[in-house]
Amino acid sequence: MSGFGGFVLRRTLGTVITLFAISVIVYVVFYATPGNVAQITCGPRCSPAQVHQVAEQLRLGDPLYVRYGHFLQGLLTGQDYSTGTSVQHCPAPCLGLSYQTDQQVMRLILTKLPVSLSLVFGAMAVWLVLGVGTGVLSAWRRGRLSERVLTGLTLAGQATPVFVIGLILMIVVCGQLELLPFPQYVNLSDDPEQWAWNLVLPWLSLALVEAAAFARLTRSSMLETLAEDHIRTFRAYGVGERSVIGRHAVRGALAPIIALNANTFGSAVGGAVLTETLFGLPGIGQELVHAVNVVDLPVVVGMVLVIGFFVVIANAVADVLYAVADRRVVLA
Amino acid sequence: MSEALVASPAPAADSSASGASGARQFWRRLRAQRAALVAAAVVALLVLVALAAPLLTAIEGQDPTTYHPSLVDSARGGVPVGPLGGIGADHWLGVEPQTGRDLFARLVYGARVSLGVAIAATLVQVLIAVVVGVSAALGNRWVDQVLSRTTEIIVALPLMIMSLALLAIVPGSFPRPVLVALVIGLIAWGTLAKIVRAQTLTLKQLDYVAAARLSGWSTWRIARRDLLPGLAAPLITYSALLVPMNIGVEAALSFLGVGVKPPTPSWGQMLTAADVWYQAAPQYLLLPAGALFVTVLALTVLGDGVRTALDPRAASRLRVGTGRRGEARADAGTTAGTDLPRPGTPADGTKEATA
Repeated sequence: MSGFGGFVLRRTLGTVITLFAISVIVYVVFYATPGNVAQITCGPRCSPAQVHQVAEQLRLGDPLYVRYGHFLQGLLTGQDYSTGTSVQHCPAPCLGLSYQTDQQVMRLILTKLPVSLSLVFGAMAVWLVLGVGTGVLSAWRRGRLSERVLTGLTLAGQATPVFVIGLILMIVVCGQLELLPFPQYVNLSDDPEQWAWNLVLPWLSLALVEAAAFARLTRSSMLETLAEDHIRTFRAYGVGERSVIGRHAVRGALAPIIALNANTFGSAVGGAVLTETLFGLPGIGQELVHAVNVVDLPVVVGMVLVIGFFVVIANAVADVLYAVADRRVVLA
Repeated sequence: MSEALVASPAPAADSSASGASGARQFWRRLRAQRAALVAAAVVALLVLVALAAPLLTAIEGQDPTTYHPSLVDSARGGVPVGPLGGIGADHWLGVEPQTGRDLFARLVYGARVSLGVAIAATLVQVLIAVVVGVSAALGNRWVDQVLSRTTEIIVALPLMIMSLALLAIVPGSFPRPVLVALVIGLIAWGTLAKIVRAQTLTLKQLDYVAAARLSGWSTWRIARRDLLPGLAAPLITYSALLVPMNIGVEAALSFLGVGVKPPTPSWGQMLTAADVWYQAAPQYLLLPAGALFVTVLALTVLGDGVRTALDPRAASRLRVGTGRRGEARADAGTTAGTDLPRPGTPADGTKEATA
């Protein structure tokens, strides 16, 4: 067990280092670019006096590492922002201030986060059930017509971009068949039923593309497991096909599925940007696209950092789960 | 763990090292797959259309950027005049709502942008991955540590988010398609670099590389003469899968309005307003959506075919999947079950490569 504890500790340390490195990269890329950083940060409608104030706030006169240190300090302990007439305090995980809207970036993100989390985690449930289910089914029915149909569907799902699936679903389900109204986000705490109904299409559009990869992976790792000696032994002892597939072969596919789920989380976050924009869900992704279009630099940087944080944490959690599913990893 | 993960898709080290015979074998295995052949034909056709875009639009007598205000009904919000969104002898696929630009011209010029950006981005990814991966594998411990850590961090960056953000800060004067290709290329090379590093480490252990080192060849010469040919198989395999991925990313960025910007046509961009017009001009939605679907599907199937042709192990797995049941079990028992280093097809010619 000490081996496992050591593994978790090493992995946690690695995660902290990665997070630190990402914050450095993001800071350097966005705040050390050639051009007038203060002007870009402040926005196009800023007066020279305001630009001067922003330059002071960002410590632009100081060398890069001092500026980064200041930024990191704000992130860890909070910071005070002077907006000309008053001073605004930005508490601990402070990602700065949007000078275009005079809003604290962290507060903005926190209001948008529930929407994005509802979308991504709901979709994750859908792609796991749909993808792994399809994979198990096609490994079980291998060589038959149903397997070919499933393989074809999987390939088609993989080849269709998220926003095309979403567009078509929206037009067919909401526009033509009028089965559902055009999605409008409702808070989970306000009305759980409406929350779910309005998210059905976004969940499906985001999940269908990702499910394809799970179906292929599940199918191939199950077939690999089914070819192994111990499965032959089970069969020779008369263990039923249902139990061989459902209990033993699925277990062999578990570790790779966990690893893929972490990767998929990263790409699903990108897909969420598209889904939110398409369906008009007021989440982080939609806000990010807006911030990119109006070049609201503090918001862009803050969102990239928060999303990067989630993706890195998801990867670390997956690594630990992977080790639980397959103990050989710990020894490596 | 990461080592084990990236090592598995890397095909047999020496399957391509035997030069001409390896290439012939590759074609033979690729031709044996009907789906891959159809996909290859579709891809070839798409490339041809993209290259011949000026010629095709000249035959039609249109261009992708001219507005035709007379062809849209401004009284009804810019719906194209005429049946089926204005399809006719002058405009083969109709015109765009509101602007009246020719859809056929925008579609074929869009193929140029889609394929061009995706292929350019793939080249950037391959270039960076080879330099980083090979240097990490051949360099000393410090070089390897620094490069491998950097790669890990690059892998952790979410591609869509980073490219969105990067596109925000670059001035608008920069040529947009080039910029999109560069951004995608600069962010998404991590996984390929890991594969290259793992493969180079494997190749480094082989006898002929050791022999080359003993005869006093420089590291650069060994990398160029002995390692690069061995890297060809995984590089081709993985980049064949990167191209459709890059097409998707470009389309997504353009769909969001931050990728390729008008007047340059792009399939993703054409879809941005399509949901508003689907009743008046359904082809405005269906054409770019269909083009994207067919292109990504053909490239994915071709990529799978290439992998199967380059990797005998994948080929044997494929047989397990499609064969009849009893046959499949017997086949799998003799290949995947045993622990031989290279359990692929017996008449493989791999022995002569290492000899």
